[in-house]
Amino acid sequence: MELTIENLSHRYGDMTVLQDISLRVPAGQILCLVGPSGCGKSTLLRMVGGLEYPELGRVLQHGAPPSDCLNPLTFVFQDFALLPWRSVAGNISLVLEDHGIRGSKAKAIIDDVLARTKLSDFRDALPRQLSGGMKQRVAIARALAVNPAVMLLDEPLSALDAQTRELLMEDLVGLWQRQSFTAIYVTHNLAEAVRLGHKVAVLSRRPGQIREVIDITTPLTDRAAGDPELEALQAHLWSLMREEALAADQELVDG
Amino acid sequence: MADPAQNVPFRGGGFRPEARRGAGLVVFVVLLLLIEWGTRAGWISNLTLPRPSDVATTLMELANSGALWSHMGPSLTRLVVGSAMGVSAGIGIGVLIGLFSLVRAGLIPLVAAIFPIPKIALLPLFVIWFGIDEGSKYALIALGTFTPTVVATYGAVDNVDRTLIRMGQSFGLSWLSIVRKIVLPGALPGILSGLRVSLAIGIILLVAAEMLGAEYGIGAYILQAGSLYDLERLFAGVVILSALGVLTSWMIGQVERRFLVWRS
Repeated sequence: MELTIENLSHRYGDMTVLQDISLRVPAGQILCLVGPSGCGKSTLLRMVGGLEYPELGRVLQHGAPPSDCLNPLTFVFQDFALLPWRSVAGNISLVLEDHGIRGSKAKAIIDDVLARTKLSDFRDALPRQLSGGMKQRVAIARALAVNPAVMLLDEPLSALDAQTRELLMEDLVGLWQRQSFTAIYVTHNLAEAVRLGHKVAVLSRRPGQIREVIDITTPLTDRAAGDPELEALQAHLWSLMREEALAADQELVDG
Repeated sequence: MADPAQNVPFRGGGFRPEARRGAGLVVFVVLLLLIEWGTRAGWISNLTLPRPSDVATTLMELANSGALWSHMGPSLTRLVVGSAMGVSAGIGIGVLIGLFSLVRAGLIPLVAAIFPIPKIALLPLFVIWFGIDEGSKYALIALGTFTPTVVATYGAVDNVDRTLIRMGQSFGLSWLSIVRKIVLPGALPGILSGLRVSLAIGIILLVAAEMLGAEYGIGAYILQAGSLYDLERLFAGVVILSALGVLTSWMIGQVERRFLVWRS
């Protein structure tokens, strides 16, 4: 499924957070949205996912989602958002129950997504027993269970340490390779953006506007940490953002 | 030559409560032995405190004669019926206040107005409204447990992690599913700790209710002993109440252990 954002603007009170954003997310591609903190990239993602109303403009989905898709636009959150009182399998079954999927049919789906995220041995564990990386794997498994047409990833790796991040990036590439999904991936980490994005959109800070959209043609599997081409790209992205990141850093929290 | 090497002085540790089994019991026993010794030696006059051993004997007699059960039976019934009414209404209204802004705006001032009223002061009124029999006693305990339960419940619902609710919405869960599977389990710890307070208040009000127009019951028993200045029986009654408080607290602890295993 393809998504387009058309002339989207949004204000909180007097402050314009997003101004005239237009973007296209082609089917089967990952669009990375980067920008300094406070540029409204998470807000934009929530609007794409229908959790917030934009003041102006609209978000369009093109074409019907596949018939076996339970939840076309599916989020993966930074803080995992797992129910602490449900086991790994229970957290996944939560999103199936409302669609009337129970019993052996649910078990088949849960087994499949746990295998894809290498969690099969942990189906009965509680979230508090899992490491951060494992928790995010559970959240990704839960997202895969509803067979999403578009994945909306809101800084999914930002709460994890560098090594876990590296491992999960490889996992995400593997998942995309197996079955290419459409995704918007919000991050402030430029290394993640150049590793996972087919396109990288750079947002400016307050008001958030698209500064540049970069296409990266290297296939995802051929990208590795330390690739000079990607390093150069990352440096270019940083040069676009550096001044604003500095300004964001020096601002008082409540203005 | 350089100074000889020394161990780095240790400055950490402490400030972390640890389980010390039996310490509570030791304090209890030492206190009782001290009183026993004082009353026997005479530096505590037996007008001020009864001998713990005499209180124990009174309790034994009470149990053996069967009078204990004829007092405990009605008291337990009143406590269970009254607090069941108050707690279930409190949880119900508390959840509604947590979920609906209109209910919240309408009822929080009312709850705040009812909370500080000493419910005992209303007992004569309750006698007229609900009769001198069990009705007024149930009503008093119900009202007394209702207000703290409401406050604890809506606080607990307010504290449910909003990101979990957003998650439920983002997966297209129905409103009812979100309430049933996210809000209520998330509020359960807060509701249960509120219940500890509510049930303790229930026991206090039980005694108050039985001081008016009750023939049997722990409260009636204590009142009788008090007016005769029978310290042994008075303290025997107090011991029973304490035991009741410990018992309800233990029961809530069991429920917590059963339903809140997911907390670390």
